[in-house]
Amino acid sequence: MTGDGKKLTTKLQLCGLRKSFGTNHVLRGVDLSIPTGRSLVIIGGSGTGKSVMLKCILGLVAPDHGSILVDGAETAHLDTRGRDRLMQKFGMLFQSAALFDSLPIWENVAFGLIHGKHMDRGDSRSIAIDKLKSVGLSEKIADLYPAELSGGMRKRVGLARAIATNPDILFFDEPTTGLDPIMADVINDLIVKCVRDLGATALSITHDMASARKIADEVAMLYEGQIIWQGPVDSLDSCDNPYVDQFIHGRADGPITTAA
Amino acid sequence: MTTTPATLSEETPPPCPAGGLCPLARRICVSVLDSCEAIGATILHLFQSCGRLTMFAGKAVLHAFLPPIYLRLVGRQIMDIGFYSLPVVGMTALFTGMVLALQSYTGFARFNAESAVAGVVVLSVTRELAPVLAGLMVAGRIGAAIAAEIGTMRVTEQIDALVTLSVNPFKYLIAPRVVAGTLMLPLLVLTGDIIGVFGGYLVSIYTLGFNPSSYLTQTWDILETIDVMSGLIKAGVFGLIVSLMGCYHGFHSDHGAQGVGAATTNAVVTASILILISNYILTQAFFS
Repeated sequence: MTGDGKKLTTKLQLCGLRKSFGTNHVLRGVDLSIPTGRSLVIIGGSGTGKSVMLKCILGLVAPDHGSILVDGAETAHLDTRGRDRLMQKFGMLFQSAALFDSLPIWENVAFGLIHGKHMDRGDSRSIAIDKLKSVGLSEKIADLYPAELSGGMRKRVGLARAIATNPDILFFDEPTTGLDPIMADVINDLIVKCVRDLGATALSITHDMASARKIADEVAMLYEGQIIWQGPVDSLDSCDNPYVDQFIHGRADGPITTAA
Repeated sequence: MTTTPATLSEETPPPCPAGGLCPLARRICVSVLDSCEAIGATILHLFQSCGRLTMFAGKAVLHAFLPPIYLRLVGRQIMDIGFYSLPVVGMTALFTGMVLALQSYTGFARFNAESAVAGVVVLSVTRELAPVLAGLMVAGRIGAAIAAEIGTMRVTEQIDALVTLSVNPFKYLIAPRVVAGTLMLPLLVLTGDIIGVFGGYLVSIYTLGFNPSSYLTQTWDILETIDVMSGLIKAGVFGLIVSLMGCYHGFHSDHGAQGVGAATTNAVVTASILILISNYILTQAFFS
């Protein structure tokens, strides 16, 4: 239930998701569910399978076993057309922004509108400029190329691209990595604003705890390919899970070992 | 006293294929087995790569014909592959034609067969040299560029981004390059044919003292449609090979700068080898 008494439906649900690369068992049965309109942040160390999990949901990597339900429909093994249709529900901000080098900024932002929704280029450009403004970027940069922008500006453009098609579900892959603390906070604020404005369901992966605390309604911790804890962001500091405790306080000593 | 299976497995080493032999014989036996394993793994990898490449080529060709077709991107690739390769192919054809005229003249002079120079130049250029050299030059210029561009897109997650934006990378990245490569190389070769023959003409007239009108007459008389057509068909196949190899190696590029570098090298090397092999097969098919 939400604070105003409405019953929450599940937007995205993972059941027993497994993925191995050879003998490296990355996901060992991930169970997770995200209610509609909520923002879940997955925390966990490097190499624990956060990105692989995200790629499985997006269909970029085929899971070996398990179920991925979006709005109650199974999506783990969709064909190309089904996947294209499903992807229209998603918006994704990549860690490196993943802007298309050969296209100007406005076309990067409008890419999903032009090619995914087959919208007219003129209309797409005006929507792209509106989206750029909504992430605090001026119209002047619309005709520049990604290589001409700073890291923070590229992230904002990536965010504008992710929200351009007004998706139901937004994914953020380490949104603040490589940014200075002030710019990281700006991006966090923008993420919160965009998710609220769209009424979208958000799934973020990060190991930046400041970012997690700011953008999450709920936090889950992934360790050795399994969700070992999930709870509201407010209960993060009071939880008695030693893995979570070690991770959020950034201690070298504890049950999480860093040996390769 | 009973012995548990666990104790047995700890005490008894696994059976060795060379068990019971002297140390030297055992070492030789193990080396032979290792070599067989390495050869087997290489052969399996080769078959796996061939299968993967065939699937990739099938998908690429399929998406080249199925809508939506990104005409704007095809146009851009036509400019990159066709128009911007013109200087390289033109220069190659010009100097090849000139050298061919010089070399064939010095060779034929020994048999008093200098009049065959015009025919040798035009047949060599149209049947073999223009398609093969243009194919190799384009493999170096375009194959490498395609592999580097798509490989970088793979490494920087741009290809993943395409998928999340409901765009099929085969339609958006691969098909336009394959279409442009297959269409443009024959046009480049046709241009190369004209420039190569013109190079031979220049040397024959201004250096070797041939009569211009009889040189042109000999050239025209000996040339048949199949000579030009075979070169153009070869060029289409070479264009397909170059663009496919560039796309395939870029698309399957490993991570990091080293992965993109290796993809670029592999694209050029495999395209060049396949051009030479397919050139022999096509020549056999056309002229045997």
